[in-house]
This record gives sequence, C-alpha cells and structure tokens, in this order.
Amino acid sequence: MNQQALPLFEVFIRSRRGLDHRHVGSLHAVDSDQALEYARDVYLRRSEGVSIWVVRSSDITASQESDVAAFLDPMDDKPYRHATHYKLPEEVDNM
Amino acid sequence: MNRMMDTEPESALFNYCVALGDDSVVLGHRLSEWCRNGPFLEEDLALTNTSLDFIGRARMFYAYAAELENEGRTEDDIAYLRDCREYRNLLINELPNGDFAFTMARQFLIDVYDMGFFAGLAQSRDAMLAAIAGKAIKESSYHLRRSDDWVKRLGDGTEESRERIQNAFNQLWGYIPEMFRMSDDEQQLVDAGIAVDRCALKANWESTVHTTLKEATLDIPSENWAIGGGRDGMHTEHLGFLLAEMQFLQRAYPGQKW
Repeated sequence: MNQQALPLFEVFIRSRRGLDHRHVGSLHAVDSDQALEYARDVYLRRSEGVSIWVVRSSDITASQESDVAAFLDPMDDKPYRHATHYKLPEEVDNM
Repeated sequence: MNRMMDTEPESALFNYCVALGDDSVVLGHRLSEWCRNGPFLEEDLALTNTSLDFIGRARMFYAYAAELENEGRTEDDIAYLRDCREYRNLLINELPNGDFAFTMARQFLIDVYDMGFFAGLAQSRDAMLAAIAGKAIKESSYHLRRSDDWVKRLGDGTEESRERIQNAFNQLWGYIPEMFRMSDDEQQLVDAGIAVDRCALKANWESTVHTTLKEATLDIPSENWAIGGGRDGMHTEHLGFLLAEMQFLQRAYPGQKW
C-alpha cells in the first residue's frame, strides 16, 4: 500500500479522567475509524490514556507565522488583561 | 478448581493447556514475522502488538501446564524443547503468512473462533483457565475489530485486493473443519466442565464469518476438502521451519539466558 496516498491524522490522548486531551503525534490511516485503531496501537501500548481523539490533519486550520504581528504581538503591552495586574483590597486578601 | 481427580484427567488437562499454548505461540510467531515487514509503520506495530498478545497467552497456558505437571519444567522448556510431532496446534496457525490478505483472512477466521472459544472457556470450572480466557477475550475482541475491518476493506476494495483475499479464504477453507473437531480426551474435559465443546461453536462461528464475507462481497468457499491432524502432532511441512527459527537459540546454546 502506498503510504503517501493515506491521509494524515493528528492524535490526541487524555491520559487521565479530568485532564484535557493533549496532542501526542500523528499517523497515517485510510479513514478516521482506522486512525483510531492505529492510535491505540501506536500511542497507547503502555496504557498511556483513557480516551483518544483523532482528527484529519487537513481539517485543522492553523495560524501562520506571518500572522504573528496581527494575532499575538498586540497582547504584549496589555497587562491589564491579566488578573495579576489589579491590586486587591486588603479585605479580599487571597483570591 | 477441579484438580483432585485421578491421574488420567490430570494429564488430559496438561495436554489441553499445552495444545492451547501451541495454538497461541505458533500464531504469535507467525505474526512476529511481520515485524519490520508490515505494509506501513502503523500496521507493522498493530501486527506486532497482536503477536505479543498471542505469545503472552501461550506463556500463561505453558506456565499453567508446567505447574500441573510439577516436574520442574518451565514455560520456556515447553516452548523451546519440543519437536514438531510434540506440537499440538491446529494447522491453520502454522501456515506461512503469505501476503497481507492471507495473514488477515487467517487472523479473521481465528479471531471469530477465539471469541467463541474463550467466552466458553471463561465459564470453565478450572479457575486458572477461566482467568486466562477472561484476559484473552478482551484482546481478541480488539483483534477481531481489526481483522474484520481488513476483510471488508480488501474484499470490497480494488480488483486486486479482492482477488487476493478471496484466494486466501479459498486456501484456508480446508483447515477449518479441524478447528471444530474434538478429541476423546478433550471430550472428557468437557464432561468435567473444564474444556470447551468446540463442535458447539461452529454454528455461531459460521454465521459471523458468513455475514462478514457477504459484506465484503466475497464468496463463501466450498467445503470440498479438509486437512487435520495438528492436535495429534501431524503437521504440515511448514511447522518444522518455524520451530527451527523459533527454537534455534535454545537448541544451539542450551540453557542460554539473556
């Protein structure tokens, strides 16, 4: 089978209940059902998780390097968007 | 547990465990031959995982057999120091892998069989066999999910994939009757509530297999030939080569450990 023809899938695994799914890698498969099975064989051999998500890599829309100026830089000089920017009144103490 | 019987059934149980271990180790070894030869990386890993499940199963059966025998033999002695005629596996397990379609067709037939067999064995009055079966069922249901999937993909795939998997089933069909044929010893163990009546598994097995083959647009091969003898130590010419490779190290360097 020509692997180049198989679509790429990104694999996300939730390692324990209560935690979020985290990206662990990618693999090739014919479709999402098979991708799920291969994810089990490639990434869960040592009981690394309790839940698997797979998503076709081509379905992910990613920000581009060229977007950085517009997307991310403007946040740098807006410290008031962080909770730590504000002084709490003494009475509130630890929040 | 039902081990306080006279010697006769005791050795029947030993033989039963060895035969089940042989089924597993021989198929496990065949699957291991795919390691680094798989059609692509993901499938290579999946086949190797499956192989390890079968080898693990064999270890449990052999270890239990060694315990029953109580003569100081280990699971490794049973696996590595017996020759062809002492092996009791069903012949379907020892057939060479052929192409990927053949491996998957064989796997599918065995996975369906294992689901029925281990469901039965999980009810055994022998607690150890029941425990091994409980573990095996979980593994087999995953194996079956994969092999069932591949049978349908290849059968309902391209002209070439369909032809290859149809040929595989045609070549395998004569090895099926042996899977459902009981020996006298085995029947005794069934009567004692320990072993599985394999004859009784056939109807369910057939209906599951036929359903998948139909869905895969494949023809059910005709039952006009049958080969057996594995449980009596009568094997195809292929098992000797398999054992020669599998046992080489222990034969060349007896007792070698690593």
